Amino acid sequence: MELKEAEIGVPPLRRIVVGQETPPIRVAGNLPPELFDREAPAHDDTPIWVEESMRTEDLSIAYGGKVAVNQVSLEVNAGEVLALIGPSGCGKTTLLRSLNRLVELTPAARRTGRILLDDQDVDEFDATHLRSRVGMLFQQPNPFPMSIFDNVAYGLRERGSKRPRRKELEPIVVDALERAGLWDEVSSNLSHPALALSGGQQQRLCIARALAVSPEVLLLDEPCSALDPISTATIEETIVGLRDEVAIVIVTHNMQQAQRVADRVAFMYLGDMVECGPASRVFNAPQAERTAEYIGGGFG
Amino acid sequence: MKVRVPGRPGDRLASLRRTGPASAWSVGDRIGLGLAWIAGISLCVVAATIVGYMAWKGLQFLHLEMLTTSPEASMDQSQSGGFFDPIIGTLLLTVIGIAIAIPVGVGIAVWLTEYGRPAGLARAVESGIEIVAGTPSVVLAIFGLLVFQQTFMGLFSFTAEGGAVFGRSFITAGVMMSVVALPMVIGSTREALNAIPRHVREASYALGKDRASTIRRVLLPSARSGIATGATLGMGRIAGDTAIVVILLGASMTITPEGGFLGLFRGTGSTLTSYVYNNSPAGEGNAPEKAYAAAFVLLLVVLFLNFVVGLISKRSEPKWS
Amino acid sequence: MEAASLTDAPAAGGREDDRTDRRVELTLGALASAILLLIAGMVIFVLLKGMPSFTHNGLAWFGAGGSVDEQLMNIFNSPSDPDDYVYHLRAWPLLYGTALITGVAVAFSTVFSVLASIFVVEFAPRRLRQVIEPVVRLLAAVPSVIYGLIGILVVVPWVATHLISESSKESVAYVIQLDGTSILVGIFILVIMICPIMIAIIVDALRSVPDKWIHGARALGVNRWRAMRTVSLRAIRPAIVAAAVLATARALGEAIMLSMVAGSVGFAPNPLDGLTFFLEPARPLASTIVDNSEGLSVEPFGQTMYAFAAILLISSAFLSFAGWAARRSFSRYTLGDR
Repeated sequence: MELKEAEIGVPPLRRIVVGQETPPIRVAGNLPPELFDREAPAHDDTPIWVEESMRTEDLSIAYGGKVAVNQVSLEVNAGEVLALIGPSGCGKTTLLRSLNRLVELTPAARRTGRILLDDQDVDEFDATHLRSRVGMLFQQPNPFPMSIFDNVAYGLRERGSKRPRRKELEPIVVDALERAGLWDEVSSNLSHPALALSGGQQQRLCIARALAVSPEVLLLDEPCSALDPISTATIEETIVGLRDEVAIVIVTHNMQQAQRVADRVAFMYLGDMVECGPASRVFNAPQAERTAEYIGGGFG
Repeated sequence: MKVRVPGRPGDRLASLRRTGPASAWSVGDRIGLGLAWIAGISLCVVAATIVGYMAWKGLQFLHLEMLTTSPEASMDQSQSGGFFDPIIGTLLLTVIGIAIAIPVGVGIAVWLTEYGRPAGLARAVESGIEIVAGTPSVVLAIFGLLVFQQTFMGLFSFTAEGGAVFGRSFITAGVMMSVVALPMVIGSTREALNAIPRHVREASYALGKDRASTIRRVLLPSARSGIATGATLGMGRIAGDTAIVVILLGASMTITPEGGFLGLFRGTGSTLTSYVYNNSPAGEGNAPEKAYAAAFVLLLVVLFLNFVVGLISKRSEPKWS
Repeated sequence: MEAASLTDAPAAGGREDDRTDRRVELTLGALASAILLLIAGMVIFVLLKGMPSFTHNGLAWFGAGGSVDEQLMNIFNSPSDPDDYVYHLRAWPLLYGTALITGVAVAFSTVFSVLASIFVVEFAPRRLRQVIEPVVRLLAAVPSVIYGLIGILVVVPWVATHLISESSKESVAYVIQLDGTSILVGIFILVIMICPIMIAIIVDALRSVPDKWIHGARALGVNRWRAMRTVSLRAIRPAIVAAAVLATARALGEAIMLSMVAGSVGFAPNPLDGLTFFLEPARPLASTIVDNSEGLSVEPFGQTMYAFAAILLISSAFLSFAGWAARRSFSRYTLGDR
């Protein structure tokens, strides 16, 4: 990646710097560790670069009268992982699902406030088009009952009228599988039924499937909660490795996971955004009392 | 300040990835959607036409005395007689049919859900029920004729002087009608019994009741609405069946009892369905007005039964949660 | 939920209760087995009764040769001496008529029902959906004689006046009279009759497709129709097959309506007649039996009718069994959360 930057003459980018005392993390894939400047002590939490991808403005969502998300304003930036944490029922999943307007599939959901993608109000374009730019991963891996190849190629085939030929799709499928960290395990037979894979592999397949359509944002709804620890570790690696390409929002109820993976953390409680900031600050020096309580394990 | 993140190696294929904010619906998709709409709307239109047309024609030709006058054999069919006998015939057949189908059907359903051993037999019976459900009523009718024309079945119908058993009567038709209604009774009863959770049975056993009395005292009363649904569906099917009537009920327009005890059951007659059939251009009579009137009454009967089914299932909301 | 997995009822009351239970079980079991006896009896007796017609004609029974109605007339008028019974029959026109009407009707119904089911499940406005579902149940309950009545009093005359021109009549006048009763009307009304069954099954199947697949497809930016077509329809393929099989069994057995509107002539419509092909009458096996029901007690005519019934019985038994087996395998497919 750095090679590319040198080629096009863009000054080398540095990672968003986080404060000291962050635990060392494992480096994903074969990306050079320099990309993750976590060891470098810096007292300035101001990010070096950030590109805003999505944001919400005073977003509120209610199901049949009961408010699930209350006036939340949040930014989702490319190049970082944003973790939404909070006890169950606090509205984090609802918030996540509103970012790709998937809440609309639930009847009786009402939304006020604005959501913007690249400074455009998402209500102004087709929800279907929005979802091809904002991808999602679900708690339960949900590969379709088709072959591995067909799963990954699905999003590309079922958009628009021209059905791409297999030759055109192959490079993209292979690329997506590589980025998802699944290529080595399935390269021998892409026609294998997807449902025959293990849980962790299925989830990585879903990542590949989501990546194949080149989303700008990737929404992850507790992607590891149904998986064993080893698969979880692999997927966390993959997520961290992806953050330079896509803006990532991950909902998790596992604080250790948030610490491992996140650059920014937003803590929600009963529909309110209580606190949002760099991971190191939220975990080590939370500003709100509630946050401190939650992180200390006071409630779950 | 925005700095573009450098692209991925595969971006020369970007044209495939970004289809832009163009419409997400291709031509094929739109055609499909259109066809789905057409199918849905035409379904409604057809249903409305059938019911509406029958209502219009029926009301046009239905006079109240038709419901109480017996059919008369006369030259001017359009003026004379009504269809009182056919109405009685329909009622009689339905009652006989369901009276047989309910005990037999409930018994079989109970066996399937509560006993069901050996498993191979249970599966065979299940597929047997499906086969019976799919057998055309014509075939059931002529099988019934075959059976009831045997000499030892003579008591079920009229026996001519030469010894030939007629084989056609209300009871013979009723028996075959019960076969038609049986799968529905069995199906609904099974569903109702299966919906009763295990702990209800276990509670009864824990109180010292054996299986038979558990079934009789606890399970069947709870399955009442399921049984009623199945019975009503069965009645609808019986009331609407024509083939069995044409073949197994003899050709008399009016109810003609046979002598002796149970003469009515051994006699012949007609039902609304055979009356409609006979008065249409396909049958002997040619009184379409009466056919419309009778068909309208028949439709009302069937719709009413269907409505009752809806009521029963709505009233019995799941109580087990 | 089956009895075998329940804790067996304890023999709380001792030997006596055990015996009662056993008696009840045996009685009910006998009742259940009676169904199997009924089917076996039907197959055996109908086959036995119709066998002479098959044996006297051999395989040519299924072939073509001459006018079926004439042959039936000859059989009906056969001398009463059993040695002189006339059995000669070439049933092809009837078999062909049955297959033609059933096949075309099921093909149309499958397509129509799938489309209508998609409409009901996905695209119908909520109020319309609340209306359609009872409507479908209603259509399924309407007796076939009512369909036949509307057919013969409304559709057939309409076809006779608007679709049958003098020239088309003349083109086939040497073989058959065109009066409006035709396979066109028969197929049209049959489609209306069997669609509700199929729609009910397919709608149920569509609703049972796991949400996770639908949401997964929608989250990828696939529109509603595409998601429905590529995920849902694909997943319920076995259910569509089961519905089609059941509809075929129903169509095969339809006697009354087709007897009223498809013509009472044992004629084999000729595709070479072009469009007039659809205006020609036919008479499937079931209708033939109903039309000739008075002669059932007269040998050898009765035996010939029973031969027809045997064909119907075997085919519908086979179809019902296949439909049941398909539905069982389908429910295993979705129940297991693969």
